[in-house]
Amino acid sequence: MNRTGAQILCESLVREGVEVIFGISGGTVIPLYDAFSEYPQIRRVLVRHEQAAAHAAAGYARTKQKAGVCVATSGPGATNLVTGIADAYMDSTPMVVITGQVATSFIGKDAFQECDITGITLPIIKHNYLVHDVRDLARIVKEAFHIAQTGRPGPVLIDIPKSVQMAVTEFEYPDSVDLPGYKPTAEPDYSHVTCAAELLNRAERPVIMAGRGVIVSQAYEELRQLAEMYQAPVVHTMLGLGSFPPQHDLDLGMIGHHGTVAANKTVQAADLVLAVGTRFGDRATMRTRDFAPHAVVVHIDIDPAEIGKNVIPFASVVGDAKTVLNMLIPLVQPAVRPEWIQQIRTWRSTHPLVPCARTSKLSARTVIRNVCRSADSHTVIVTGVGQHQMFTAQEYMSPRTNGLISSGGLGTMGFELPAAIGAQLASPEDAVWVVAGDGGFQMTMQELSTVVQEGLSIKIAIISNGYLGMVRQWQDLFQQRNYVDVALHAPDFVKLADAYGITAMRVETEEEIGPALRKANEHSGPFLIDFVVDAEENVYPMVAPGASLDCIIESPEKVAA
Amino acid sequence: MEEKLHTLVALVQDEPGVLTRIAGLFRRRGFNIESLSVGHCEQHRLSRMTIVVKGDDAEVDQVTRQLDKLINVVSVTDITRCDMVARELALIKVTATSEDRSEIMQMVDIYRAKIVDVAPDSVTVEITGGEDKIDSLLTLLRPFGITEMARTGRTALIRGAKSSINN
Ligand SMILES: Cc1ncc(C[n+]2csc(CCOP(=O)(O)OP(=O)(O)O)c2C)c(N)n1
Ligand SMILES: [Mg+2]
Repeated sequence: MNRTGAQILCESLVREGVEVIFGISGGTVIPLYDAFSEYPQIRRVLVRHEQAAAHAAAGYARTKQKAGVCVATSGPGATNLVTGIADAYMDSTPMVVITGQVATSFIGKDAFQECDITGITLPIIKHNYLVHDVRDLARIVKEAFHIAQTGRPGPVLIDIPKSVQMAVTEFEYPDSVDLPGYKPTAEPDYSHVTCAAELLNRAERPVIMAGRGVIVSQAYEELRQLAEMYQAPVVHTMLGLGSFPPQHDLDLGMIGHHGTVAANKTVQAADLVLAVGTRFGDRATMRTRDFAPHAVVVHIDIDPAEIGKNVIPFASVVGDAKTVLNMLIPLVQPAVRPEWIQQIRTWRSTHPLVPCARTSKLSARTVIRNVCRSADSHTVIVTGVGQHQMFTAQEYMSPRTNGLISSGGLGTMGFELPAAIGAQLASPEDAVWVVAGDGGFQMTMQELSTVVQEGLSIKIAIISNGYLGMVRQWQDLFQQRNYVDVALHAPDFVKLADAYGITAMRVETEEEIGPALRKANEHSGPFLIDFVVDAEENVYPMVAPGASLDCIIESPEKVAA
Repeated sequence: MEEKLHTLVALVQDEPGVLTRIAGLFRRRGFNIESLSVGHCEQHRLSRMTIVVKGDDAEVDQVTRQLDKLINVVSVTDITRCDMVARELALIKVTATSEDRSEIMQMVDIYRAKIVDVAPDSVTVEITGGEDKIDSLLTLLRPFGITEMARTGRTALIRGAKSSINN
C-alpha cells in the first residue's frame, strides 16, 4: 500500500513499539503531526521547549530501558534539542530524535529555518541520518532504533525534509538491518574471562566498581551474586547508583569527587578493582594517575573504546555486563575475608554523612535524606545538577533498582523536571520525585505546564538555598569566598505552582518535613514543596579538583586520615 | 611512550558525510591527521582510506577503537607493524632554466620519476614512492626553486595474499 513519508514514519514507530513521543510542532513537521493524528496508539506529549522534549525522552528511556522518542521542527526546534542530545550521548541513553528539515530542493540555500542539524550533532551523537529519498525512510527508522538500543546505547537523529514527509511510496518495514560497520556486542572472549577470574581468585582486598552499564544490561542479580559469593564490597559511579541495594552490608555508596569516605578509601586500599560498565569518568576516579594505586584493575565494558581510554586496566573483557558476569561467576572461587570486610565496615561506620548547615535554617542534606528515606521500591527519584544532586546521590537509599535518574556526564541543569515527565510516563504506576535546585529548576520550570496538561502526579522538592550552590561552594573553598554571580533571585515557587494549578507548600523547619512529604505522596495530583534551606551548607565529603581519591575533605574542619 | 607515525587502513561506506565524521572524530579527540587518502576500492560501495596519524601506541589504539565505532566505518586496522607497500604520489613544479634542465632530468631518472609537463622555464615532475624517497628528491630539487607541489599522502596495502583489513 502506498503511503506518505509521514505515514511511513508513524507505521515504523508503531512497529518499534513506540508508545510516547515528546515534541513541539512547526513548519517542517506539519505533515508529520498531521499523520500522527491517525495514530492514537502513540501518545503525543506537547512540551514547552524542545530541550525538555529531549530530556523527557531521556527520562522515559532510562526508566523504561528502551529508546525514548522526541520530535522537533527544523532550525530553532532542532537546535533546542542539542543539549538534550549531548546529555543522552554522555549518559549512553537510547533515544531516537526526529527533526523536520526544509524540502530537499531548499537544502543548502539558507532557506527559512534551515539548519544543518546532522552537522551540528555529529560529535554528540551515536549516529544520524538526513533522509534524501522517501524509499529509504523505513530502513533508516529501523536502523536508528537498532543502533540506539543495542550495544552501548545512545541517541540517533533522523532529519526528514518536509518534501520526504509528503512524498509517497510503497511501505514495507524491513525485518532486519544490514549494517556491516556496526558491531554492537562482541561475544566475550573466554580466555579474557578466565584471565579476569584468575586475578580475582588471587586478590585479597577486592572491590567492585559498578557503573551504569550494570543497569543498562540489567545485571543486578549477577552483580549481587558475585559480590556476596566473592565477598567484595561494591562502590558506584554516580550513574551506577541503583544497580546494587544501598542497604546491603557490602554497599559503600558512591566514589569520586563527592564519594563517601568509605568508598574512596576502599578503592585506594584495594588490591583489585573489578570495574563493570563504567568509563572511569574523571569525577569518579579523580586524578587518574593516583586511582587505586595498589590495585590490579579488571575492566568489563561493552564498548571496546573504553578499555584503556582513561584508566589502563591490567585485564579486560569486552562484552555485555550480564553476559560477562554470568561467564565469570562460575570461575570465581567463593571467599571469606573477614578482615577486609571488617575494615570497610569500620570506614563506613566511622565516617557518617552529617548535615552541616551553618545557621539554624534547614539543612539541605536533612531534607534530601528524608526524601530518599521515604522512597520505596515504587519511587523514582530524578535530580537536577548541583549540591542537591550530590546530596541525593550520597543519601540515595532506595530499594528500587534503577531508581535514580540524574544527568551525569554532561551535568545538565534543567534536566530534572522534563526527565521526570518522561520517567512518569514510562512508569505511570510509580511515584516520581524531583529533587531540584532553585537555580536549575528555573531553567526548565515552564514544563510545570506540561505536567498539568498531561495530568501527571509528579512530586517536586525544590531545595531553595538562594544560590547556584555548587558554584558557590567552589568559590567558597577555592576562590576565597569571592562570590561572583551565584546569589540568585527566584520567584515565589508556591505562588508559581499555584499559577499553574499545582498544589504547593513551603517548608522551613525540620518538624514539617515528614508531614509535608506524606501530604505530597497522598495528594492525587502533582505537588510542589519549596524547602527553604541554609544558604551555605557545603557538600562533604569532597575530593578537591585535581586531587587523588584519598585526599578527602570530610568537613570544613576535618581532612579524613 | 614514544610518538611515531602509524598507518591505519579503513574500509568505509561510500556515503555523504563519511569524511566529515572521520575528520570530526580526529578533531574532537585531539588527534592530528598527518595525511589521509581515500578512493574507491575492490568492494562495491566501499572506499578505502589510508590515514597516517602520529601518536604513541596507546593513543593510536584509542583512536582506532573510536574510528571502529563509527557506523559507516566497516573496519579499521593499524598496519604499521605489518610488512606493507606504502606509496605516495607527488607532483612537483620546478623552476628549470635551460642550463639546469639536464641536471634536473638526470635526477628525475635516478629516482625513476617522470617529467609530466614542460614549460619554457619550468618542469613538472611526477614521483611515486615512499615518503623518504619523495623527501630526498625534494631536497635535491629545492635549490632549483620549487614553485608548487602537491602530495597525495600515503596509500598502503599489506604485502602478500592476506587482506589488509581484518573483517
Ligand atoms: C546548564 C548548566 N549551566 C551551568 C552549569 C554549572 N553549574 C553546575 S552546578 C550549578 C549550580 C546549580 O544551582 P542550583 O540548581 O540552585 O543547585 P544547588 O547547587 O544550589 O543545589 C551550576 C551553575 C551546569 N551544570 N549546567
Ligand atoms: Mg540552589
